[in-house]
Amino acid sequence: MAAASAAHRHSKRCRLSPVPLDSLADELLFLVLDRVAAADPRALKSFALASRACHAAESRHRRVLRPLRADLLPAALARYPSVSRLDLSLCARVPDAALAAVPSSLRAVDLSRSSGFGAAGIAALARTCPGLADLDLSNGVHLGDAAAAEVARMRKLQRLSLSRCKQVTDMGLGCVAVGCTDLRDLSLKWCIGITDLGLNLLALKCTKLTTLDLSYTMITKESLLSIIKLTNLQVLTLVGCIGIDDDALSSLEKEYSKSLQVLDMSHCQNVTDVGVSSIVKSIPNLLELNLSYCCPVTPSMVRSLQKVSKLQTLKLEGCKFMADGLKAIGSSCVSIRELSLSKSAGVTDTELSFAVSKLKNLLKLDITCCRNITDVSVVSITRSCTSLISLRMESCSHVSSGALQLIGKHCSQLEELDLTDSDLDGEGLKALTGCTNLSSLKIGICLRISDEGLTHIGKSCPKLRDIDLYRCGSISDDGVIQIAQGCPMLESINLSYCTELTDRSLMSLSKCTKLNTLEIRGCPRISSAGLSEIAMGCRLLSKLDIKKCCEINDVGMLYLSQFSHALRQINLSYCSVTDIGLLSLSSICGLQNMTIVHLAGITPNGLIAALMVCGGLTKVKLHEAFKAMMPLHMLKNVEARGCMFQWINKPFKVLYIFFQPACLPLRYV
Amino acid sequence: MASGTATNADPDQQTVRSNSVEQFYFPRPGQSLPGIPPFFGPPSSSLYLANDNEAKVGNQLEPNPSQSTDWDPQAIVSNLTFLEQKIKQVKDVVQSMSNRENQVASGSCEVAAKQQLITADLTSIIIQLITTAGSLLPSMKNPLSSNPAVRQLSNTLGSPMGFGMNANQRPSVDSKTDIPDIGKASGYEELINSLNTTQDERDELIKGPNPCGGEGSEPTPMEDHDVKESDDGDHEGENLPPGSYVVLQLEKEEILAPHTHFCLICGKGFKRDANLRMHMRGHGDEYKTAAALAKPTRDSGSDHAPVTRYSCPFVGCKRNKEHKKFQPLKTILCVKNHYKRSHCDKSYTCSRCNTKKFSVIADLKTHEKHCGRDKWLCSCGTTFSRKDKLFGHVALFQGHTPALPMDDVKVSEASEQQQGSEPMNEISRSMGCFPCSSSDGISNLDMKMADDVRGYYSPMSFDPCFGALDDFTRPGFDISEDPFSFLPSGCTSNNETSRVNKGSNVPPLGLWKWTETLSDFSH
Repeated sequence: MAAASAAHRHSKRCRLSPVPLDSLADELLFLVLDRVAAADPRALKSFALASRACHAAESRHRRVLRPLRADLLPAALARYPSVSRLDLSLCARVPDAALAAVPSSLRAVDLSRSSGFGAAGIAALARTCPGLADLDLSNGVHLGDAAAAEVARMRKLQRLSLSRCKQVTDMGLGCVAVGCTDLRDLSLKWCIGITDLGLNLLALKCTKLTTLDLSYTMITKESLLSIIKLTNLQVLTLVGCIGIDDDALSSLEKEYSKSLQVLDMSHCQNVTDVGVSSIVKSIPNLLELNLSYCCPVTPSMVRSLQKVSKLQTLKLEGCKFMADGLKAIGSSCVSIRELSLSKSAGVTDTELSFAVSKLKNLLKLDITCCRNITDVSVVSITRSCTSLISLRMESCSHVSSGALQLIGKHCSQLEELDLTDSDLDGEGLKALTGCTNLSSLKIGICLRISDEGLTHIGKSCPKLRDIDLYRCGSISDDGVIQIAQGCPMLESINLSYCTELTDRSLMSLSKCTKLNTLEIRGCPRISSAGLSEIAMGCRLLSKLDIKKCCEINDVGMLYLSQFSHALRQINLSYCSVTDIGLLSLSSICGLQNMTIVHLAGITPNGLIAALMVCGGLTKVKLHEAFKAMMPLHMLKNVEARGCMFQWINKPFKVLYIFFQPACLPLRYV
Repeated sequence: MASGTATNADPDQQTVRSNSVEQFYFPRPGQSLPGIPPFFGPPSSSLYLANDNEAKVGNQLEPNPSQSTDWDPQAIVSNLTFLEQKIKQVKDVVQSMSNRENQVASGSCEVAAKQQLITADLTSIIIQLITTAGSLLPSMKNPLSSNPAVRQLSNTLGSPMGFGMNANQRPSVDSKTDIPDIGKASGYEELINSLNTTQDERDELIKGPNPCGGEGSEPTPMEDHDVKESDDGDHEGENLPPGSYVVLQLEKEEILAPHTHFCLICGKGFKRDANLRMHMRGHGDEYKTAAALAKPTRDSGSDHAPVTRYSCPFVGCKRNKEHKKFQPLKTILCVKNHYKRSHCDKSYTCSRCNTKKFSVIADLKTHEKHCGRDKWLCSCGTTFSRKDKLFGHVALFQGHTPALPMDDVKVSEASEQQQGSEPMNEISRSMGCFPCSSSDGISNLDMKMADDVRGYYSPMSFDPCFGALDDFTRPGFDISEDPFSFLPSGCTSNNETSRVNKGSNVPPLGLWKWTETLSDFSH
């Protein structure tokens, strides 16, 4: 807000004496504008509205364009001639004609969330922008080899994503491989039509590749060899490749990749510890290794990691730890900075204590859902890993509140802390006062937390951006007010099922101008008055969950529609909103995702009217009963614009939150 | 073979000969050329003829009853009378045809069918004549059939042989009494089958004698109609493992001769197996039995066939017997195909792709089945039947890229066109609403025409013209009436009625453009 007003002042000066702006070199002006934009995204808009010169300067300055609707693209492109990056992720439907009209100066186009275009559109894009370097065609399930062949005409392409382009086969990939030899970064995730033939050709032709994502493809050992041989390859992602097995990995024994730094083999179900041991020998410069859900962790496998002396990140999520496996990590992988053991079985106190006692340099540790660990582990973690910046230990329910206090006392560098579903109490929060860099704090389902604890956080963590207070039933408005006052950088707050909260909390939160995500699901005392404050104060609000806030009615929606133009996603289930509120809400043109289930005041006609008005919708959750009540051709029409319907048939639940908060299930529903 | 002919001449050794067959098959491994001249040289056999004719007629009757029936003069007489009748029939048919031609020019197809019938009849007559003569003069057959002229004749006549069947089945044929077998059988298939079965039975019961009488000679010409069926069976039954086998080497000319049936003894080729069987009779009397003359069944073939392998006459070829690692060819058909494929020009070109050439016509036919179905296409135009071959090619050559099949490209083009045509449709719709005050019929007609013409222009270039149309409706446009005098007649005739109509009547786009410039000029 302050920045915005500064921009206003700036622009006022411009209006008084336009000469200084003209005399200012574009480079300097752009630097100023960069700063203004960084402080408040809306500031540039007011700057542009100040004067003709400001408008022109802003037009020249803008490099990234993210239009809400594809039909406005020509006008937007006419206004911003020097735009180099076109992000169409908000346009659900981009016709071929729109792609034909883009300026030739474009370097990057993002079509990852758009549909409605085909090979012809890509051909037009290739014709008009021969210098395109970055193209994202993810989720192009409708794109086939013809489209890939058109992509191949973009000779200067360096980054290309074909994720989920399931119809692309070797032929398409072959075209791309031959055409775009300058490729550095290629994603073929979920391209199930691609086989070793195409990958071999790719490895042969695109030798500059540094990043390659082959997750969930049909790659086997036939092409793995040639891919490993790529001299510049740094990042290789092989998530869920069932064709990769020990045989494939051992066939690489004699090969040697100096360049490879990141290898992700998570969910490769046919790989065992033997295969990992053999491939590790051929990649000595590895920095990051991800073996999540891949293979059991045996001491011999971990010992083979000794050969990878530079290893910094080791992710072993969902792995089964054999006896002494974790201990071996401590003795063999002394260089690692980041260790993830979340959801792993077999993590015991003794082994974890031993491991962390050796890993003094650890910066990030994830022991989510390691349910067997107790205070012993936490004590050794806090004793040896004092430089931790991230600690995630959700659902480590055996750890006592006393041990949790140690975290705050010893690990003062913490930036990210996840203690969801733990025994944390006010003392533990008080101990966190030393962690002044804390930016993300997740303490959902910590039922012992009180307003007093939150006061400490509010006073000592000014950098906090994200706080999760899900189902902290014992906190009240005062605690939230403390947070809102102490953490002006707050971007995201989850207050779901904190049933004591009233509009006072929201009024204080409305001062957090950067807030973009607000979840107040199941807070029955919050009304439209509080929401209207949020709407007016938090103009960047993009995600809002007001499910089961039955006091919120059409008035709140009216405020939202008037002020929250950045809103992208809203959940209205069980609210008291009627057709009027819904219709006014639908005037927010950027709205993409709506959940409208169990609203008593909604009629089919009102719903269809709202759907027809709201052109940017991509996903709508509705109750199944509406399916029969709405005219089919209307639904088809909405679907044709790129909207997807999800029909819910859950029964209407009586909201008994008021009466028995303790009876609720403790996990997310 | 020389001994074979010798035994032929000596009637006393007839019974022994069935045993001696094996003996003279095997002593010939070194025999390189089983060709006709050394054994069946026309001069030597013709020498035989002179004295054989009289000798045999008398002599052969006594030792072998089967022979006696062969030489039954009554049978020959009946054959001759049958032939006579047949010739008469043909003559009648020809005469009737000539009469009809005079009266009405009947359908050409009918005439053609008649002609084919006649040729078929004549062919069967000739063949019967030959066989009758052959049965009369057994040693005469070889020179006859080896005589290229006769062979040629039988070859050329052989092609429409299928129609001979029709000729015999016609009700006008009254030869039933004379040749009961032919008459009884509704088709030659049945006839031959019955003959085979009866002969098989006979073979089991009595080895030597043939009580069938003159009928034994009768079926031979009929067998000609089954050439195609017998093609397969002819060269089978040689699946014995290599070892002590006879190596035969045919000469190039013989390989390239258009024969499909070859004598297993001398290697001589025939186009029809009936001719071969006629030829075989020269190799000995055991080939003269009804069983041997009948269409051979596969089992009987394997009984007599020697283990023979073949050598390619091309020196240096691995299939040539001089080669160190000689690999013999199994059948004569193999020899033919091998020689053509390896040592001959590829003269058959695929008419579809015009690139692939073959020397064996069957290869061409096989290729044509798949030609055009090579869906793996490279940008250089080369097609591949397999994807991995294409990718190998693309990997090898710089700049070559896999090309998508044409129908894929067409689909994308079609979608593009569809999009392009949308604004055009809009325009035409708005055109349709254009007010037409008078002469509706004409203007509508012209409108359609205009629509058609417009199809050739892009909507972009059409838009300004459409703007020009508005100019027509504007009042005060009368000045430009004069320039319309050389527009199509429909326009000029309606000049006075209304300007609007004029606008809608002008069909070709070019004129519209032109009028636009005119109107600009006039303002």
